[in-house]
Amino acid sequence: MKSDSPLFLVAQDLTLFCICVNVQSQPASLAAEDISTNSNGPKQDSLFDDDPEDLFAEATEEVSLDSPERDVLLSDGPSPAITPITPPTSVITPRIGHTHDDMFTHSSFDEIEEEEGGDSFDIHISVSDPEKVGDGMNAYMAYKVTTKTSISLFKRNEFAVKRRFSDFLGLHSKLASKYLHIGYIVPPAPEKSIVGMTKVKVGKEDQSSNEFVEKRRSALERYLMRTVKHPILLKDPDVLQFLESSELPRAVSTQALSSAGLLRMVNKAADAVNKMTIKMNESDAWFEEKQQHFENLDVQLRKLHTSVESLVCHRKELSVNTAQFAKSAAMLGNSEDHTALSRALSQLAEVEEKIDQLHQDQANADFYLFSELLGDYVRLLTAVKGVFDHRMKTWQKWQDSQMLLQKKREAEAKLQFTNKPDKLQQAKDEIKELEGKVQQGERDFEQISKTIRKEVSRFEKERVKDFKTIIIKYLESLVQTQQQLIKYWEAFLPEAKAIS
Amino acid sequence: ERMCIGRHIRFSVDTSRFPNLRSVSVDLNHDASLLIDIPDALCERDKVKFTVHTKTTLSSFQKPDFSVPRQHEDFIWLHDTLVETEDYAGLIIPPAPPKPDFDSPRDKMHKLGEGEATMTKEEYTKMKQELEAEYLAVFKKTVQVHEIFLQRLSSHPVLSKDRNFQIFLEYDQDLSVRRKNAKEMFGGFFKNMVKSADEVLISGVKEVDDFFEQEKTFLLDYYSKIKDSTAKAEKMTRAHKNIADDYIHISATLNSLAADDMTANKNLNIILSLQKVEGRVASDQDLKLTELLRYYMRDIQAAKDLLYRRARALADYENSNKALDKARLKSKDIPQAEEHQRQCLQKFDKLSESGKKELTSFKGRRVVAFRKNFIEMAELEIKHAKNSVALLQGCIELLKSN
Repeated sequence: MKSDSPLFLVAQDLTLFCICVNVQSQPASLAAEDISTNSNGPKQDSLFDDDPEDLFAEATEEVSLDSPERDVLLSDGPSPAITPITPPTSVITPRIGHTHDDMFTHSSFDEIEEEEGGDSFDIHISVSDPEKVGDGMNAYMAYKVTTKTSISLFKRNEFAVKRRFSDFLGLHSKLASKYLHIGYIVPPAPEKSIVGMTKVKVGKEDQSSNEFVEKRRSALERYLMRTVKHPILLKDPDVLQFLESSELPRAVSTQALSSAGLLRMVNKAADAVNKMTIKMNESDAWFEEKQQHFENLDVQLRKLHTSVESLVCHRKELSVNTAQFAKSAAMLGNSEDHTALSRALSQLAEVEEKIDQLHQDQANADFYLFSELLGDYVRLLTAVKGVFDHRMKTWQKWQDSQMLLQKKREAEAKLQFTNKPDKLQQAKDEIKELEGKVQQGERDFEQISKTIRKEVSRFEKERVKDFKTIIIKYLESLVQTQQQLIKYWEAFLPEAKAIS
Repeated sequence: ERMCIGRHIRFSVDTSRFPNLRSVSVDLNHDASLLIDIPDALCERDKVKFTVHTKTTLSSFQKPDFSVPRQHEDFIWLHDTLVETEDYAGLIIPPAPPKPDFDSPRDKMHKLGEGEATMTKEEYTKMKQELEAEYLAVFKKTVQVHEIFLQRLSSHPVLSKDRNFQIFLEYDQDLSVRRKNAKEMFGGFFKNMVKSADEVLISGVKEVDDFFEQEKTFLLDYYSKIKDSTAKAEKMTRAHKNIADDYIHISATLNSLAADDMTANKNLNIILSLQKVEGRVASDQDLKLTELLRYYMRDIQAAKDLLYRRARALADYENSNKALDKARLKSKDIPQAEEHQRQCLQKFDKLSESGKKELTSFKGRRVVAFRKNFIEMAELEIKHAKNSVALLQGCIELLKSN
């Protein structure tokens, strides 16, 4: 009987994944039952041990077991590990019965996708009310995370919780460890900033630390919205718990997967792949083309980001210069001895002061709408590159298994001629196991390839939509600025004409 | 306009099409008996050759309609000779036009050449176009400021009759020979005297006349304020220009993205349009505000120079009084001392009378110019903003409809 790795199978359907994870960590009767149905009993455990890169080991510690949905699932009558179990969402329930026939085509995912397309995506998350908690270097900012939704996945339509920055990092770390290596593009969390946070902790209530907090608040909001927009991530219990639970276990290993850490991990993987002597046979031109496309996109977005940052800088400069000119014009007006001209100069000074504020507001729009969006996408592309690299790793693993199988077969053939029945049997057993591994490897590779295709298509759609939405907002901000300018100058014109 | 940009920039412009700067001084060049303009100019290797064209009904000129080529140094010579003419001590001598300064666009062009590798071809071309426009703008400004100088002279009842002015307009040979001689004669001494320590002298003099007391206080204070405002306005304009340049880079990158992305394609046009508008806002603000302030800063300096000369005349008169007292005491050279004192008083009175007239009309001129420029500036700002709104709303419509 083939030894399945339920870990990989069920990862596609997250609910099944939950069960498997719980199985591992809970020495309950359920676990025993699951394992007993598999004739490879002890081997099952060793499968988990075998894989050195099993990040699930880490993940299991962090997954909390207090969600009521899981209780429901656990108490469901067990069946062989492969059989899907009723998931908590009503959206998926009607369909899940059919999926067990066809796990590998992952129609469940397909159907979830379709379902998502049909439903109006109705969830809105806002991050607000940053509040400093504690004092000195142990202080931190607590943010209010408010969710408004009509999706039945959630217990209520509107609810709020308090979260701190490390909670967000913890969430991302969990999601990344669960989904990245099987091809899902997990949105990266906002960057850490030691300098920024230290200022806040130390208690500096100046403009720059206020700006920092606002920048972070906005980034956290965008991060959560991107995460829940992903149909699979939305249903992840860690996400649900993050949004709903009043208490959250403190995320300890947030060092694990910050955005920078993720980049390092990706680069390491890429390096490892490059060092391999057997190159992947890129029979699928689509992947190569897409990878190139994302490389180009990365370069262009970074360049655009730099230009927009320059725009923000210059607009702030314009604001400062306008304010300075306004003061100077006011002084000139005071000095002017012709009454009407003096008044006009003072009016000019007032107009310029208002315009200075306009420029400041516009600079903020430049930044929060345009610049931050580009920054987000530059970081997102890191995650995209990551999944492509994971695909390479998966392929490599499959190839390694194949090579090992080949070797074992050769060894077995040699053993045929010796009189060592025990060894021969062992060799045959090992070969059987490896054959299973090879098949699994192939399946995994096909699966991740399929997932990536879907993810890339979703990503591109989202990107175009995202950019369009933001650019419309940005242009509207420009319109507002210009309309205000018209008002101000139209008010000034009669003053200028009144000079006699 | 002919333009050939490379290491040597050579272009000429028909200035009648660009009246923008002329608002700094209103009501010039209306007297048909003497009409002056600079219809074209040539710029080669940053050296500008102006064509000064005169149309006159005055018999003092040899021809009724003629043109001569002049360089910037010729204008300076003319200005300096006027300043150094005793008879004009009581007049505000129109400020000399500043030297044509292509440093800023030249440096930028240099930097652009260095940074060419980091830009796309389209970006580089656009930036180069912008720089060429900047060169052209500097060129136009310098032509107009030289023209205004001459027109101020021709509009002045006294200065328009100056002999050197006529030579400047008429002499069809190279003026540089005469210029050199003049420099040797005066050695620039007087000019330096005027420039240095005038503030101290003006403030130090005990003023007898309320009008001049007020003017003194006003002009000294106003000068420092307007100098500051000019500098701040210049910084504002530069920031606008930087934003316009940023739009060029942004639109170029969006262009590169356009192949992949439908949205970007539509946007790059709007960004380019915004760049043009922002650029025009910058240059209009430059002409209507910065240049206005800069011109009147120089004019105020010229008015201050008048006050200085009067203060010096007053000091001379007071010294002559002291000398007369001394002479009477010693009973020696009394008639000379009396004559000297009489002359000083006469000079001082003449300066005061003329100075009062000049300063009064100067205020009127200033007020009229500020009014005109402020109105034009406000109207242009409104026009550009309305333009931007139309462009932006059009683009938003397009994006939303898809």
